[in-house]
Amino acid sequence: MQSVENKSTVIQGEKPPGIEGAGFFATSLEKVVGMARKNSIWPLPFATSCCGIEFMATMAAHYDIGRFGAERMSFSPRQADLLMVMGTIAKKMGPVLRQVYEQMAEPRWVLSVGACASSGGIFDTYSVLQGIDRIIPVDVYVPGCPPRPEQILDGVLKIQHLVETESLRRRDSPEYKAMLNRYGIE
Amino acid sequence: MEVSSQERVIALLQENYGGEILHVETPYNFLTVTLRKEKIVEIVRFLYDHTELQYQYLTSIGAVHYPDVKQMAVVYQLHALVANQRLRLKIYLSDENPITQTLTPIFSGANWMERETFDFYGVIFEGHPNLKRILNVDDMIIFPLRKEYPLEDQTREDKNDTMFGR
Repeated sequence: MQSVENKSTVIQGEKPPGIEGAGFFATSLEKVVGMARKNSIWPLPFATSCCGIEFMATMAAHYDIGRFGAERMSFSPRQADLLMVMGTIAKKMGPVLRQVYEQMAEPRWVLSVGACASSGGIFDTYSVLQGIDRIIPVDVYVPGCPPRPEQILDGVLKIQHLVETESLRRRDSPEYKAMLNRYGIE
Repeated sequence: MEVSSQERVIALLQENYGGEILHVETPYNFLTVTLRKEKIVEIVRFLYDHTELQYQYLTSIGAVHYPDVKQMAVVYQLHALVANQRLRLKIYLSDENPITQTLTPIFSGANWMERETFDFYGVIFEGHPNLKRILNVDDMIIFPLRKEYPLEDQTREDKNDTMFGR
């Protein structure tokens, strides 16, 4: 049977720089851990409103967030890596979101999807929290009202980049602790 | 709503509680009766128990704040399911001290509706089993839907007022 040449331009996983030999591959631990973590993120979909529906579309077969490794959604914060806040967060919901964030184990990332989660969006009112970054630290913001699934996937790809390039000692560093202190999180 | 049944309701109310009626009108063909606030519970109980009227469904309770005349109106919307007729009752309270009686002995649904009216306007319903905030944060000190409070969140520093029309 003739072999079929792969003419696709999609990169099927790049090898980190390292020393290769017969049956072994030596590289730095950070790179391997980063690669493993980024391709197996377990997201926690904290979907509140319309952005949650766009997330459902992103999870479905057409846009498929599962191809990036985020196949298994965790609704328990103890087992989740990425907190995806999608939708309007009311001031009454603030302490709940904060409790969910505090229950997540390190390393954890936060993706703020949509205008309401990022800044209160169109709802500049007495009842809506004007951006979740008033109560928890956020890594990536995805603007949009609602953002298209492609945009949400772009946000996930940026999170993946952060996950891949993060130093293993970052969560113990004084700068990170100082940042958490600013939010009042121990 | 048919005109003859509206007239029937007005006639029955005039007969039994004529002294309490302040004003009757039908905006958009919806019978609206403005009453004195003292006997509102009695009147609602009369409308509930009456064999012909049977206003046994409380659709909603709301309030309107009129700061220019220093009044707070509480609006009750009732529905008679068998005859398919609707009725709106309005009572006016002073806006410094808006106190009235609760409808919870007649309608269990009034429980949450009165809590919502308290939460947003500060109307006190005497006799209510659990009058505390329901939709807003528990430690909120203001009553947001009163006219003196602006809609926008006041803690934002980054929005340019001229561009956002505040």
